[in-house]
Amino acid sequence: MRHLWLIPALPFAGFLLNGIFGRRASKAVVNAIAVGSVALSFLWVVKTLLSLGGMETPHAERYFTWIESGILNVGFELAVDRLTAVMLLVVTGVGLLIHIYSTGYMAHEGGYYRFFAYMNLFMFFMLILVMANNYLLMFVGWEGVGLCSYLLIGFFFLRRSASTAANKAFIVNRIGDFGFALAMFLMVVQFGTLDFAGIYPAAAEMPAEQTAGILTAIALLLFVGATGKSAQLPLYVWLPDAMEGPTPVSALIHAATMVTAGVYMVARSSALFLQAPLAMDVVAIVGLLTAVMAATIGLTQFDIKKVFAYSTVSQLGYMVLAVGVGAFGAGIFHLMTHAFFKALLFLGAGSVIHALSGEQDLRAMGGLRKKIPLTFATLLCAAVAIAGVPPFSGFFSKDEILLAAHHHAPWMYWVGVITAAMTAFYVFRAIFMAFFGDSRGHHHPHESPPSMILPLAVLALLSLAGGFIPVPRFLEPLFPAEGAHHDFALVAVSVGAGLLGIGLAWLFYVSKPGLADSAAARLGALYRLVYNKYFVDEIYDATVVRPLIGGSRAVLWRGVDAGVIDGAVNGIAQRSRDLGILLRMFQSGNIRSYAAWVLLGSVFVLAVLGVMGGLR
Amino acid sequence: MHPVTNVHYMVLSVALLLVGTIGVLTRRNIVIILMSIELILNAVNINLVAFSHHFGDVHGQVFAIFVIAVAAAETTVALGILIALFRNKETVLADEVDLLKW
Amino acid sequence: MPASLFPPYEDLLRILPEIVLTIAGTLVMVLEPALRPERKRLLGGIAIAGLLVALWGTAVANLFRGPAFHQMVVVDGFATFFRALVIVVGILAVLCSIHYLQRERPDSGEYYALVLFSVVGQSVMAAANELIMIFIGLEISSIATYVLAGYLRDDRRNNESAIKYFLLGSFATAFLLYGIAWIYGAAGTTNLVEIRRVLSTPELAPPRFLVGVSAALMFVGFAFKVSAAPFQVWAPDVYQGAPAPVTAFMSAGPKAAAFAIFLRVYMTAFEPISNRWEPVVWLSALATMFVGNFAALLQNNIKRLLAYSSIAHAGYVMVAVSAHSEIGTAAAMFYLAAYAFMNVGAFAVVTHFARQGEKYVDVDDLAGLGHRQPVTAALFSIFLLSLIGIPLTGGFFGKFYIFKAALEAKLYWLTVIGLLNSAVAAYYYLRILVVMYFHEPGEAAQTVSPVAPGVKIALWASAAGTLLLGIFPSVILDFADRSAALMK
Repeated sequence: MRHLWLIPALPFAGFLLNGIFGRRASKAVVNAIAVGSVALSFLWVVKTLLSLGGMETPHAERYFTWIESGILNVGFELAVDRLTAVMLLVVTGVGLLIHIYSTGYMAHEGGYYRFFAYMNLFMFFMLILVMANNYLLMFVGWEGVGLCSYLLIGFFFLRRSASTAANKAFIVNRIGDFGFALAMFLMVVQFGTLDFAGIYPAAAEMPAEQTAGILTAIALLLFVGATGKSAQLPLYVWLPDAMEGPTPVSALIHAATMVTAGVYMVARSSALFLQAPLAMDVVAIVGLLTAVMAATIGLTQFDIKKVFAYSTVSQLGYMVLAVGVGAFGAGIFHLMTHAFFKALLFLGAGSVIHALSGEQDLRAMGGLRKKIPLTFATLLCAAVAIAGVPPFSGFFSKDEILLAAHHHAPWMYWVGVITAAMTAFYVFRAIFMAFFGDSRGHHHPHESPPSMILPLAVLALLSLAGGFIPVPRFLEPLFPAEGAHHDFALVAVSVGAGLLGIGLAWLFYVSKPGLADSAAARLGALYRLVYNKYFVDEIYDATVVRPLIGGSRAVLWRGVDAGVIDGAVNGIAQRSRDLGILLRMFQSGNIRSYAAWVLLGSVFVLAVLGVMGGLR
Repeated sequence: MHPVTNVHYMVLSVALLLVGTIGVLTRRNIVIILMSIELILNAVNINLVAFSHHFGDVHGQVFAIFVIAVAAAETTVALGILIALFRNKETVLADEVDLLKW
Repeated sequence: MPASLFPPYEDLLRILPEIVLTIAGTLVMVLEPALRPERKRLLGGIAIAGLLVALWGTAVANLFRGPAFHQMVVVDGFATFFRALVIVVGILAVLCSIHYLQRERPDSGEYYALVLFSVVGQSVMAAANELIMIFIGLEISSIATYVLAGYLRDDRRNNESAIKYFLLGSFATAFLLYGIAWIYGAAGTTNLVEIRRVLSTPELAPPRFLVGVSAALMFVGFAFKVSAAPFQVWAPDVYQGAPAPVTAFMSAGPKAAAFAIFLRVYMTAFEPISNRWEPVVWLSALATMFVGNFAALLQNNIKRLLAYSSIAHAGYVMVAVSAHSEIGTAAAMFYLAAYAFMNVGAFAVVTHFARQGEKYVDVDDLAGLGHRQPVTAALFSIFLLSLIGIPLTGGFFGKFYIFKAALEAKLYWLTVIGLLNSAVAAYYYLRILVVMYFHEPGEAAQTVSPVAPGVKIALWASAAGTLLLGIFPSVILDFADRSAALMK
């Protein structure tokens, strides 16, 4: 026994303490409990992993038998293997940094203790999710993180939009959970167990003619769950709205950890997915489409958090693409580096918002480089990482994915490369708009306190150097490497796409407005082209901005996002209400019409049971 | 002269059942609705006693006595509820009791 | 065997809970006139004591398993399970009622006697092995509940609730009785095991038509009592109009007992014709889930919302019934236990919050309760999350077992539709959570008084039950599994 239970139990204790006594405790005590519990949990993870060594086989601990009914036997069982180890380090490590950051960020907000209680509860469920050794326990964590996400999105409950967003997140996730639950039932029926250790070997041994149907169904249903949690098409709509929550929440839950649960779950179920090629194709295509679509939308947003939110959706699409083409290791690798740089982007954005006293609109920012230099420096680290500039973390993980995609189907690689260019463009667009040029607002920015800068610095370091952590090789025993070999040309193309994106962003958002001498000098040959302001503007407008931004706004953002999918969600809600109104008609309140219903029902039952002798 | 068989009793009982059911559905006065329900219970009793006689088994008759007893208790309660209703609403018409709906 | 005038000693022990409850109820009635109004709460104490002794009596009776009184009642695990369940519901309901009754109608104490008698009836239903006993148990329970529904006789809502419940209830019971009469005519016996034997022996088999009609008419009666579609119309009105603690009681106890006889009759007597009744139960389960969940979307009155939700939950249990297997029976038993805790808990909150004359019963009145009374709101949240079916609550495992049973019975469509329905259901429960936590405290929440001690105990006990069933489901499930095989 290595007391794995302590890892989730510590944040849970923090939740209980802060939830019960937090209202009367001072902020320092709340901080100490909240951060301390996560820190201890992190240390326990490190200690456990060090003592477990290589982890060639999963280390499982069973605490009690949860269900013992007939054939089904499910234990309350936690386990650690290499995949879980990566997830544990990401969740507790990034979680710890974000908790520290929150002590500064939330210092002036009401309901301080409540916030940290929810955050600790979230950590508890997230750790249950990644450590679970069967699907049922995983589902507990899965639902639990959804619940905490709901509570935290709606944290600023005085904003009406916040509670609407919270509701949307919960309902959309329920649709995904429906898939997960159904998959679980099918597994019970098919395998008679929910243990990972029981299902995967059984799935691998199943003859091909059986796997086609049932395993594809299970895999696809699991993936429905993943699309809800990991914000994939068509269930991604909740994530951009979820930015109504406090920024540390966006960083922790809606960027680094919870939203990656779907990717983790698919990777964990790789044995099932590998037996269902059709499901794998669906996964890959959905991931790719999500990546492209969210990236185009990201080009058009002016709310700094919305830009990063769509970016998250897009990056999650990359991860899903990775697991869909069978590169599970690469997917998890990108999950980790993404946790670093996207948490950093959000926390940096939070620092900017904090400095501007709540301003989120990029158009009201500008020129912040000099005023909050530390935030700028850290954000820049995140930006180069996500843009795939070598040798920073995003470069390694994204290339792993793109190479695997190329190995699977070359067209996927090319779509991925275009997405990479767009990614670089919108991230740097946000950076340039916020930090370069002239100040467009009337704020008096101030640098954030050390409790916020320190986590930024650590994450910046991880974003820069995280790519050197050999995650795919570490995971190789679990996920045998695909045949993809490093092709220098492919790598060069994707890096070039990233740099092109950055260059374009520079062109449009930095050099164009000021046309400063320095810009002219740096851009050299491009200078003359850019010099003619109208000329560039016209080309830019006619060839890039209008078709792309206008088009994507009209078609993708307003059309697909707001119109079709929101419309579908609202439409379903409306139809449900209509059905409710119809059903209410029976409820006239009149006794005799009720009696008539009883009689009609009786006649119906009599007809079916008595006279016809059954329908079958 | 044909002997009276179970079928005859059942036909009579079904007729009573229909009368009672139609009464419940068509009458507006709650007291008459109550009486109609009693009719259905009597239809049941005819069945029970007839079957009991047919099988030479005493269970059916015992059951009929229970039904009568329970029906008496039910009626008492119903009249109590009805009086309470009448004191508040001054009506015994079923259609006027529709405060609670939808 | 020489028939003795007095039943054997063991037989009396087998009906010990009923004996205890009847004595307690009579005691309450005898003492009632002697007590001054301010001391009537003592009667509540007597009722709880009686129910606790009856719970012990259930355990004693369980030691003497087997049929009693010429096979009229049978003590098996199934009976013990439901007896304990209805008695626990009775205890929780009495706890909720003490303060409520002092507030609304301090001059009378028969209320507790009525609760006790109603529990007697349900307890009889749990153990009945024969149609006469089923009928008597059902009527004892129902008549007492009719009175309870209209207990505040100066309140028009109560009057209306009682009269509707009574008229429609006795109408449906009349159909049930008619069905019983015909199956007696067809099989020549009222004993469930005997009926089963007759129906499954080809030489003895009575006319299919006769059996079908009686099964159909009995289905009407049972479906009415469990508020399954298309016989659910009464439930929203009656639940909304009745006093809140009575609604808590009605929606859990009588419903569980009705499911007990439903299961016993259809899994024993009518099992040989299961292929004929299965589609009916299937359709009814489907319609019940839809009606309950979709109509609940539109409700603003919490009692009415919870009434529709209770219809929906009856639909889930009907799914377990249509699975028509021992696993399905066990799942239904587990679900009813989980449902009893979460539902009584939710109604306990309503009882507490409604105030004099049940003034605050709209969802919007709860605005800001999460900030005014965080503990009450947190407990309410547990019940609501359990009703949604979130893991670590009893409601989750209840649904889990039911849909597992349904899948094992190859009811794929019912499972899919049931799961979708429970996804829809999240929406209206969530609305309550949103109002409670994300809205500014309104007038109702500003003026909320501290929770009365009885209600507090009921709330904590229900929450403990809900979580216990969610975290250690085996405690109940093992028992349900072992008890699901009925005497055949």
